[in-house]
Amino acid sequence: MDMPRNDVRPVDLEMFATPKHLAHASEQARARNYQDFLIVDVDSHHYENEHYTEVFDYIESPVIRSELKEGAGRRTGILNSQVGYQNTGGRIHRAKFRGKEKAKPGKHSDIVLTLDWMDAMGVDYCCMFPTPMLFLGLHPQIEIEAAMCDAYNAWLCERILANEPRIVSMLYLPFNDPEAAYKTVKKFGDKKGVVGFMVTSPRYRPVHDNAYMKTYALLEEIGKPISFHAAYSWDDRALQMTNRFISVHALGFMWFNMIHMTNWVINGLPVRFPKLKVMWIESGLTWAASLMQRLDHSFMMRTSDAPLLKEKPSHYMQQMFYSTQPMEIPDDKSVMQSTFKMINAETQLVWSSDYPHWDFDLPSTIYDLPFLNEKSKRNILGANAARLFNLDPKPVKRIP
Amino acid sequence: MAEWLVGKASDIKEGDRKVVTAGKREIGIFHKGGAFYAYSNTCLHQGGPACEGMITQNVVDVIDKDGLYQGQTYGDETHFVCPWHGYEYDLKTGECIGDRKLKLRKYDIVKRGEDIYVVA
Repeated sequence: MDMPRNDVRPVDLEMFATPKHLAHASEQARARNYQDFLIVDVDSHHYENEHYTEVFDYIESPVIRSELKEGAGRRTGILNSQVGYQNTGGRIHRAKFRGKEKAKPGKHSDIVLTLDWMDAMGVDYCCMFPTPMLFLGLHPQIEIEAAMCDAYNAWLCERILANEPRIVSMLYLPFNDPEAAYKTVKKFGDKKGVVGFMVTSPRYRPVHDNAYMKTYALLEEIGKPISFHAAYSWDDRALQMTNRFISVHALGFMWFNMIHMTNWVINGLPVRFPKLKVMWIESGLTWAASLMQRLDHSFMMRTSDAPLLKEKPSHYMQQMFYSTQPMEIPDDKSVMQSTFKMINAETQLVWSSDYPHWDFDLPSTIYDLPFLNEKSKRNILGANAARLFNLDPKPVKRIP
Repeated sequence: MAEWLVGKASDIKEGDRKVVTAGKREIGIFHKGGAFYAYSNTCLHQGGPACEGMITQNVVDVIDKDGLYQGQTYGDETHFVCPWHGYEYDLKTGECIGDRKLKLRKYDIVKRGEDIYVVA
């Protein structure tokens, strides 16, 4: 009888290669027959700062362009950043060594490397978002956010989205400049691969400001969603009291979206723009179920504070979309099942990986849930997003 | 169960590890403190390569006799870390540090002469 040969290999953390790093994800994809159905990742990332020299060329103002180029690679510059040891002291070594990976020649390296991890996980389409720019809404200079946003969006459309149909994006809205936000939708709304627009949540502009209404109306008219992508700010007065990254991350990624959601609902935006699709990204799920109960409870006693609402706040929240990651998976799955029921997961929940960030989720986080049937799994993993983004439901991935 | 050759004991340096494919199983073989330990290379979280990440000491909050926080330091427990998400495991027991009820599957190591084998 032939015995299978055993293979013994050393572990070299510095030899980073995406297919090897995600080999176990590919095993999962094959074992669960992901090739048979569509998987859409509504929130994944690249590191746009690695291509800032390309992006800066798209800056319209010669003065800002010059400042950005002058500051590139320097200790301080014209762009803001955040304190945050996301790779847990080097434990998530992907963050440290992924930069050594060489992309195969051909298309832009961000396309090649993105397709590598998508195929390894079994993903057909991904919605690509930036990484450092998630904090750009906290920049003290409004014109810098607007300029960077315009340049990044133009670069993304021209260099990435136009050249790879499996990568789409909800483009960055320069929300601190309402007029620029409106112009962004006008300028990029019909570009190839643009499936919506995204507001980075850490910022201090209320979503119900009248200045935004024409942008919401325009988005409703063109039928593309607005999304709010969570992040933290350790400079926030309340979050400054936390002393560990686990704390600012756990709270921060809910905090700003809870405020924006509360303002969105209480000020009747779902009533004023009933066809506008709204998505909440990277806050997990428990916050939404909690906030529904909290707002419903208060609403019954204070309807005069929210006179536009014809139903309880939870009614409107159940019509919005929620990305899954970082999906809380409690020991008691019945708690999770209740959350799924409250947010209408069957139609409103859309899977997201957040790859390559430190707390990414695989499709198996949904596929392996014991209380979902096959149809529900496929809805959440891809069909819901395909309807929202108007994507072809035929699988196109190549699982290795 | 079969015995799968890992190699010479001296092939795995003190503090290092190798990964053995034994049939359909991947097993991490660690050498620490003169002893060898073998665990499933599949993380209990999302199935990542649990044995292929950083090996580090545990982090300790230093609290003095009055209950006051005095900073952090490294302890004497060795952990290996799943590189996907940072789940940490006790190298001597395979217990998941965040919930010690969870344990990676442990395999026996057999030494014959200079060679070591994992039983799986």
